[in-house]
Amino acid sequence: MSDISFVRREMLPPKDPPASEVGVVGWIRANLFSGWLNSVLTIASLYFIIRVLMGLLGWAVVPTWSATSLTECRSIFEELGRHGHNAGACWGVISERWNQLLFGFYPRELQWRPVLDFLLLGVALAPVLFSDKVPAKLIYFTAIYPFVMPWLLWGGTIWTPVAVALGFVIAYAIFKMLAEKTSELIAMIASVVVALVWWLFLASLFSSALAAVIPLALEPVESRQFGGFMLSITIGVVAIGLSLPIGIVLALGRQSDLLIVKTLCVGFIEFIRGVPLITLLFVASTLLNIFMPPGTNFDIIMRVFIMVTLFASAYMAEVIRGGLAALPKGQYEGADSLGLNYWQAQRLIIMPQALKISIPGIVSTFIGVFKDTTLVSVIGLFDPLNLTNAIRADADWNGLVWELYGFIALLFFVFCFGMSRYSMYLERKLQTGHR
Amino acid sequence: MSILTDPPKESFRPSMLIYDTRYRSMTIQVIALIGFLILVGWLISNTAQNLAELGKEPSFGFLSEPAGYDINQRLLDYDNQNSHFRAALIGLLNTLLVAFLGCITATILGVIIGVLRLSSNWLIARLMTIYVEMFRNVPVLLWIVFIMAILIESLPAPRDFRGDTPEATMNVFDSVAVTNRGVYVPEPLFHNSLGNIHLFGDAAVRFDISLDLVAFLIVLGGSLFASTKIRIWADKTQEATGLRPTTWHMRSAVVILPSLLLLVLLGFHLGYPALKGFNFQGGIHMRNSLIALWLALSLYTAAFIAEIVRAGILAISKGQTEAASALGLRPKRIMNLVVLPQALRVIIPPLISNYLNLTKNSSLAIAVGYMDLTGTLMGITMNQTGRELETVMLGMLVYLTISLVISGFMNWYNNRVKLVER
Repeated sequence: MSDISFVRREMLPPKDPPASEVGVVGWIRANLFSGWLNSVLTIASLYFIIRVLMGLLGWAVVPTWSATSLTECRSIFEELGRHGHNAGACWGVISERWNQLLFGFYPRELQWRPVLDFLLLGVALAPVLFSDKVPAKLIYFTAIYPFVMPWLLWGGTIWTPVAVALGFVIAYAIFKMLAEKTSELIAMIASVVVALVWWLFLASLFSSALAAVIPLALEPVESRQFGGFMLSITIGVVAIGLSLPIGIVLALGRQSDLLIVKTLCVGFIEFIRGVPLITLLFVASTLLNIFMPPGTNFDIIMRVFIMVTLFASAYMAEVIRGGLAALPKGQYEGADSLGLNYWQAQRLIIMPQALKISIPGIVSTFIGVFKDTTLVSVIGLFDPLNLTNAIRADADWNGLVWELYGFIALLFFVFCFGMSRYSMYLERKLQTGHR
Repeated sequence: MSILTDPPKESFRPSMLIYDTRYRSMTIQVIALIGFLILVGWLISNTAQNLAELGKEPSFGFLSEPAGYDINQRLLDYDNQNSHFRAALIGLLNTLLVAFLGCITATILGVIIGVLRLSSNWLIARLMTIYVEMFRNVPVLLWIVFIMAILIESLPAPRDFRGDTPEATMNVFDSVAVTNRGVYVPEPLFHNSLGNIHLFGDAAVRFDISLDLVAFLIVLGGSLFASTKIRIWADKTQEATGLRPTTWHMRSAVVILPSLLLLVLLGFHLGYPALKGFNFQGGIHMRNSLIALWLALSLYTAAFIAEIVRAGILAISKGQTEAASALGLRPKRIMNLVVLPQALRVIIPPLISNYLNLTKNSSLAIAVGYMDLTGTLMGITMNQTGRELETVMLGMLVYLTISLVISGFMNWYNNRVKLVER
């Protein structure tokens, strides 16, 4: 009577899941055909993708790279047996004019200068972007770069940027000297006044005198020869580079307890954010010369720089204000309890954290400004979009649309997508586990 | 026993303006104010001097002069003998029109795309990601001219609709004609029309109101009010008895029947566009410039709205849904009572700021020749009268007003739904 029932003593090994639930089949069932609605959607979108891809590839994959005019493209299509208005892409226009799309009317033999400039921009940004991989000394080059960049782009004597830089050195020296003897407030006011006097009255004398003695100059290039992606990138870089410090000041002003300062900052920010960029560009093209003393006539690119910078700094101020507001109150109180004064607290405690939080916003502002540089075509600057009109004005390429727009869209996409991916990487890298 | 006394009150010395933090803030503010006033004064004096040299005294008199140019897409009556002010008004209405249309379609598209991006269907989610990245990373101006080019290049010309075997045919039961000169849609017409009221006589802001539309809106409003009353009655009954009476058939009847009756009484019918001569006649003509701008702004903004919607949905933690279903709520009520109110708090503020961006971006209309405020006031009017200062300032002021109204609404909403914290 001992063994009336069978009791299993050892575990059975788990069975493999059914073949339809694992591997490729399982994945497809789970992700593409998990219900009738999903199946319909999948099939519809597959059909859509195939239609678009076939149309696009059929249009784009054509041997027209070396064609020199639209008529030549058309004859190539005739040989291929294709007819109609949009028989295929005429890539000849890109191969012939890509240089113009990138540099505008910048003299061909001087184009090494903008290229070098953007390479140097990479070097100057390296200490900021990849601080752990490059020597820290490189930050000095970053400080010099803002003065090297315009000199390389516009040419002219080297002494003008040197004189401008000297203004900063003088202001800093005076601030250091006076700050020890009197209060920081007096020192700051004095240094600002001295710097303004230097830039407005003495700097031009200084640079012309030195240029006469030691003529160190590059061949000058006129602003109206700027164009293409070079122009877009230049406007974008200048606007963001200048708007970051202005934006920090505005954000601090907006957060401060000083009523008048706060009102001024809020008024400026809300005004700029409330009007479209295009109206600001109208101001640049028609009004800015009226606002300046009679006889001043600075060129259109400089005016666009000013307005785009003001535009970007209002947005930057809001991004940084968001970062400041996101910091826990304890950080401010902690800095106060350590006995740090306002600027020390900002520099050592608040700003490093607030700027880190604002990185995604800063990058997306940059992307926005970079995209918005296409608006300068409305006031007649030759950015890539306006260059397409110039190219179409050529009888050889009259009537081309898709190839040019497609090329420009692709370049913009590569730039902007790259930047947004970089900002994600930076966010992950700077993540310290708490927010 | 010691007596606590206040420390002796220091008398005010000028050096305290710099060294005493109580007074230093005053000093800083006064300096900032003086600096600002000097800057403004300098700009104004420069401007006055320059304008005097050019012989252009600032004045807004040009606004009442005849404009002398035509506006082909307009909501109110206008001809080229009307004043510049009237032209600017037409432009402003065009701006508001495209902004309004754009906001609606961008929201619908954005919500659909944002939800689909979270879909469990791998292919759909990837497609939507591609859509979002494609539109977000290419300038909106490029999209506008691109879509304009598509409309002009690939749509049939009106003459293609001619003949016994036309190359192109009209869509939607022969009522909508999509051509490369624009889209023609049927217009509502009334046999027994009540006519129009003409407001403001001959003034520049004059406009007509269709009494048919007014009557329709009054009836619709009344029936919506009645429908709300029925809902309130149903709520009360539910609270009193625990049973909710079925009301959907009553409510839909109350909303639909009176409006239908009114339309029949007024003799409502549609005026179809028809090919006459070289072009279509009749119906409402939406020009390519409007369509291109509308489409481009909607598609572009929809990409941003999709991201906002996605973020809003992801921001609600799964615990909320699980807790709600643990309380015994059904999925639809979970969505309405738990998830949506919280998600909307995250979604609405950036959504409204995107509406604001769309409105501001509509100023790019100038690139495709749509006559909005930028095209009229800051475009042709400025070029004809040479009044740069006045036109640009006026245009900025109008845009600023629109923005401030929208952002004022946003702040009001934000304060209403804000979580109260320490």
